[in-house]
Amino acid sequence: MTKYTIEALELKANEIRVDIIRMLEEAGSGHSAGPLGLADIFTALYFDILKHNPAKPNWDQRDILLLSNGHCVPVRYAAMAHAGYFERKELMTLRKFGSRLQGHPERIRLPGLETTSGPLGCGLSQAAGMALALRMNKEQFRWVYVVMSDGEQDEGNIWEAAMLASKYKLNNIIAITDRNNIQIDGPTEVVMPLDDLRAKWEAFGWHVIEIDGNNIEAIIDACAMGRAIVEKPIMIIAHTVPGKGVDFMEYDFHWHGAPPNHEEAIKALHELRTLQGRIRSEHE
Amino acid sequence: MNEVYLVDNLLAKNIGQEPIRKGFGRGLLKAGGLDENVVAVCADLTDSTQMNLFRDAYPGRFIEAGVAEQNLVTVGSGLAAMGKIPFVSSYAAFSPGRNWEQIRTTICLNQQPVKIIGSHAGVSVGPDGATHQMLEDITLMRVLPNMIVLAPGDSLEAEKATLALASDKEHPAYMRLAREATPIISTPKTPFTIGKAYIYTEGRDITVVSTGTMTYQALVAAEKLYKEGIDLEVVHCPTIKPLDTVTILRSVKKTGLVITAEEGQINGGLGGAVAELLGEEMPVPLKRIGMRDHFGESGQPEELLEHFGLTAKKIMIVAHQLTTDYKKDKN
Repeated sequence: MTKYTIEALELKANEIRVDIIRMLEEAGSGHSAGPLGLADIFTALYFDILKHNPAKPNWDQRDILLLSNGHCVPVRYAAMAHAGYFERKELMTLRKFGSRLQGHPERIRLPGLETTSGPLGCGLSQAAGMALALRMNKEQFRWVYVVMSDGEQDEGNIWEAAMLASKYKLNNIIAITDRNNIQIDGPTEVVMPLDDLRAKWEAFGWHVIEIDGNNIEAIIDACAMGRAIVEKPIMIIAHTVPGKGVDFMEYDFHWHGAPPNHEEAIKALHELRTLQGRIRSEHE
Repeated sequence: MNEVYLVDNLLAKNIGQEPIRKGFGRGLLKAGGLDENVVAVCADLTDSTQMNLFRDAYPGRFIEAGVAEQNLVTVGSGLAAMGKIPFVSSYAAFSPGRNWEQIRTTICLNQQPVKIIGSHAGVSVGPDGATHQMLEDITLMRVLPNMIVLAPGDSLEAEKATLALASDKEHPAYMRLAREATPIISTPKTPFTIGKAYIYTEGRDITVVSTGTMTYQALVAAEKLYKEGIDLEVVHCPTIKPLDTVTILRSVKKTGLVITAEEGQINGGLGGAVAELLGEEMPVPLKRIGMRDHFGESGQPEELLEHFGLTAKKIMIVAHQLTTDYKKDKN
């Protein structure tokens, strides 16, 4: 697999953000803030971290990537298209009749998706089942990555999975929480306080790593660190900026479940294009 | 005529009895020996659901999930995604009672061949009362696309059904099991195929479509009614979905009258399924025996079955009533 520089990955993340805005504008519905905030994580996963083969989505040695909060799937579709799973022009079919790119991801429709998701709180349980199967098969060098949201941790199902993964010492699970502090009804700490989130996961027996989830190098390092952990499943709490890259969307929970209209999309695309210079300058 | 072999002493007081769930336990153990991809997950009811046989034989392929039924089926989805054939068990009241959406999304829509086993279904659970007497499971599972729904009539059939489920690597399935000892009506030679209904006794007057524990009651009613001049045709329907419409319609075409019998809610249950079929294809008089939009309560299994009319006697009363109301026109 091609090894990209951090700078190249940052540019890739920005291209993915541009596609997210274009897809959502074209679709006329969908979620903006989460996918933008997750663009760095998905870029790091598809272009550095994951062992995968876009030409053979069912390659039997691949790492597994689950997206538990299925509503953020535009970022996954965009990353998959950039990685070569399908052509980028198909991104514009998002949420349209007959499209493989359903509003929430469906495994049966699009090769490369590992599960069907959307209803929250299920990804970690499925990851646990997959990790157990890998363990039974004595496959030591495949990992199950699961991206989940912070808001979905209101679901009891998550904590049932947390206990099971810990009980069975499933260190082949690397979970990444998109800690962006928003959900549909408002800030997570107002809707249903999650903090101290780190202490919660540690109390459930997980190895916790906390990072800046918009820092690609930090994401890659954290996953590498996670793969070296034994005896415990790994939770990376990735602090992200919801709506990252588009000033008027950043930190605003109203953009959780809304797409940009035409004028907003033009403004957002302009911001993303000028942001490229900023990102580069931060790392020089 | 399909060849069925049943025990020949159906009315005997000393007919062999065994809880249906025991057959599941044996079937799972055998399936585990036949295919190393068969795995089992349980939610803190391993002995009750009879998964203990599998657990003891194949500890590396058994997962104890604790009292967490949402996780139970969703872990099952993950195991299936990696090529396993997971059997996941609990009491039917909790699974599929508590985790319907996880079953819908991660198993049915996601098309993973998870086999959901719901034990302790029906009012015959007895003293535990209404909370634990699952009556809506067939209804809940029947409405899900891609789902197979089974309710075996005795322990031998449950064993065959379990082996059949284990060799189906494509479809999700739900199988309901009863807690109490149930008369063994079939023999090792009695056929079982998923999707097939079987004519257990031929008759010309009324078709009784029955499932699970109620098939024995239907057979007893048939034997007794024959002496009273009413000839029941008992169609045993261990697969509620996909429903064997060919066998049912062929029988109904002959008899023109139908009774359904099940130990669960008739709304959306087998009674609902047969009513839907007949309503569209062959409208004929239909009476449905089962729970009529109410819950159970504590009591001994026999007194509850008697109280709620889930007996051969009830089938006989309804058969007489149907005959009085409709057959006289024919004669």
